[in-house]
Amino acid sequence: MTNFPVAKIRADFPILEQKVRNKPLVYLDNAATCQKPNRVIDSISHLYRHDYANVHRGVHTLSVRSTDQFEAARIKVKEFINAASDKEIIFVKGTTEAINLVAQTFGRTHIKAGDEIVISGMEHHSNIVPWQMLCQQTGAVLKVAPINHKGELIYDGFEKLLNEKTKLVSIVHMSNALGTVNPVKKIIAAAHGRGIPVLLDGAQAIPHMPVDVQELDCDFYVFSGHKLYGPSGIGVLYGKQALLEAMPPYQGGGDMIRKVTFEETEYNVLPYKFEAGTPSIADVIGLGAAIDYLNEVGMDAIAAYEAELLDYATEQARQIKGLRIIGEAEHKGAILSFVLDRIHPHDIGTMLDSLGIAVRAGHHCAMPVMDFFEVPATARASFAMYNTKEEIDVLMQGIKSLIEVFG
Amino acid sequence: MFDDLRDLYQEVIFDHNRNPRNFRVIENADRQVEGFNPLCGDRLTLFLRMDGDVIVDASFQGSGCAISTASVSLMTEIIKGKTEQEAEELFKQFHEMTTGKGEQASLAAVGKLAVLAGVREYPARVKCATLAWHTLDAALKNEQKSISTE
Repeated sequence: MTNFPVAKIRADFPILEQKVRNKPLVYLDNAATCQKPNRVIDSISHLYRHDYANVHRGVHTLSVRSTDQFEAARIKVKEFINAASDKEIIFVKGTTEAINLVAQTFGRTHIKAGDEIVISGMEHHSNIVPWQMLCQQTGAVLKVAPINHKGELIYDGFEKLLNEKTKLVSIVHMSNALGTVNPVKKIIAAAHGRGIPVLLDGAQAIPHMPVDVQELDCDFYVFSGHKLYGPSGIGVLYGKQALLEAMPPYQGGGDMIRKVTFEETEYNVLPYKFEAGTPSIADVIGLGAAIDYLNEVGMDAIAAYEAELLDYATEQARQIKGLRIIGEAEHKGAILSFVLDRIHPHDIGTMLDSLGIAVRAGHHCAMPVMDFFEVPATARASFAMYNTKEEIDVLMQGIKSLIEVFG
Repeated sequence: MFDDLRDLYQEVIFDHNRNPRNFRVIENADRQVEGFNPLCGDRLTLFLRMDGDVIVDASFQGSGCAISTASVSLMTEIIKGKTEQEAEELFKQFHEMTTGKGEQASLAAVGKLAVLAGVREYPARVKCATLAWHTLDAALKNEQKSISTE
C-alpha cells in the first residue's frame, strides 16, 4: 500500500470508532452515503453556536457572517471542480433535484415533441425518471445507450443514437450499481461534434477522483454533498453560464428575484435565479468544510489509494467460490457489487450486519441494471478513503462464513 | 460466528430455503396471485386450489431471500385443509407475531410458524416474512392482481 495516511484520516471520523453488534464497525456503504469528518461536524456546530442568521438579507453582523461563509463555500465548490465562475455553481438539495431542475428548465425550453434525450443503460433512477417525466410533458423520446456484460457502455451503440433530433445527452460519470467509470471526455466530444449538450451525473464520481468541468467541457455537472463527506440535503448544479442565463427559473420565491410587483417580477442574476427561498445555510458551509478537508488529503491521493483497495477487494472476491462480481469494467471506481449462488443479497446484508459490516443489499435505485444482469438485487461493498485492507479481510471472511452457514 | 442471528435464522429456515415445500405450479389453480417486494426484488406467485371455502392445495413459484422463501414454504404447508376464515385468522396471528404485538398468545396460535418470530427484532426484514401472507390475503379476497409490500 502507498503511504496514504489512513489511520490519521480514520481518527478524523468519530462515527467509525464505534462497535456495531459488539464488533468494530466496518462501514462499506459509502456509495449510499459517506460519513463526516470532525471538520464538517464542527463547522456546522460552530455556525449555529456563533454565526448563524439568514443569508443575503440583513445588514446585521450575524447575517453578514453567515453570508460570507455561505458565499465562501460557493467559491470552494467552484475551485474544487474548476468552474469558470462562481455564478455557475447553483446550490440545490442534491443530485436528484439538480437533474429535475435541468429537465424542467433547460428541458422544457429546448426540448419538444419528437426530440430525443440520450441516457445509458446503467443510470440511477434519478437520471431516468426526470427525463421520462419530461418526455411525457413534451412528447420527446428517451433513448437508452446499451451496456455490455462487463457493465461497460457500448460506445458504438451510444454514438449511433446521436442524430439531429438529439437535444441532450445525460449520462452517469461513475455508476453507483456497477462502479463503471464512463469515457465521458469521448462522449462529450462526440455529442459536441453534433452540437448536443451533455449533463454528467457526478454523484458517485465526485468523491473518488479529481473533476475538472472545464477540462471535461461538460455543459452540466451535478452531485450531492453527502456522498462527498459533506452534509445531506445539499448538492450542486454546475452549468455553463450561457446555458444557465438562457434557462428560466425553476422555483419562484424569495432570493431569486430582483424586483417584484403584482404585475411582474424581474429575476435575480446567477446563481441566485435558481436559489429560491432560504437555502440550507449550514449544509452549504459544511460542504465547504468537506472540500477543505478533501483538498488537504488530495483527490489524486484518494483516487490512487481507493484503486488499491478495489484491486485488493476484487482479487480476494474472485477467490471465493460461488461469488459473482456484477460490474467488471476496465475502468472502475471503488465499488464491488456481487451476488452469491443461492444466497439472496438481503440475507447477505443481514448476516454481514451481525458481524458489524455495513453493506447495501438491494437494487441500488437501478432496477434496469438488475434486469440486465438478471438478478433481483446485489450486495454492494463501496469503499471510501477511510477504509482499510484489514476491513476488506473482515468482509471476505464474513462472506466465506455465511456461505458455510447457508450450506 | 453468527450467534446473534440464531433467533432469526433458525435451522428450520435454512431447511425450507434449501428445500422449499410445494415449490410447483398448480395447473388450473382456482386462485393465482403475484406478490412483489420492490425493496428487495422478492417475487412470488401463489397458487391455491379450493373446495368450497377449504384450501385443498397450495403451492408457489418465485425467488426471494431465505426468510421470504421459508415463510411462503411453511405457509403453503400449514394452510392446506384450512378454511378461508381459519387462514385469515392465522394471517392475523402471524402478523401480530412478526410485528411484536400479541407476544406469547400468538406464538402458541401459529404453531411451527413461530420459527419466524425472530424477524420482529429486524424491522427491515419483517416484510420478507409477511410477503407470502399478504399475497395469500389477496388470493383469498380473490384479487386477481399483483400485490406489493410497498
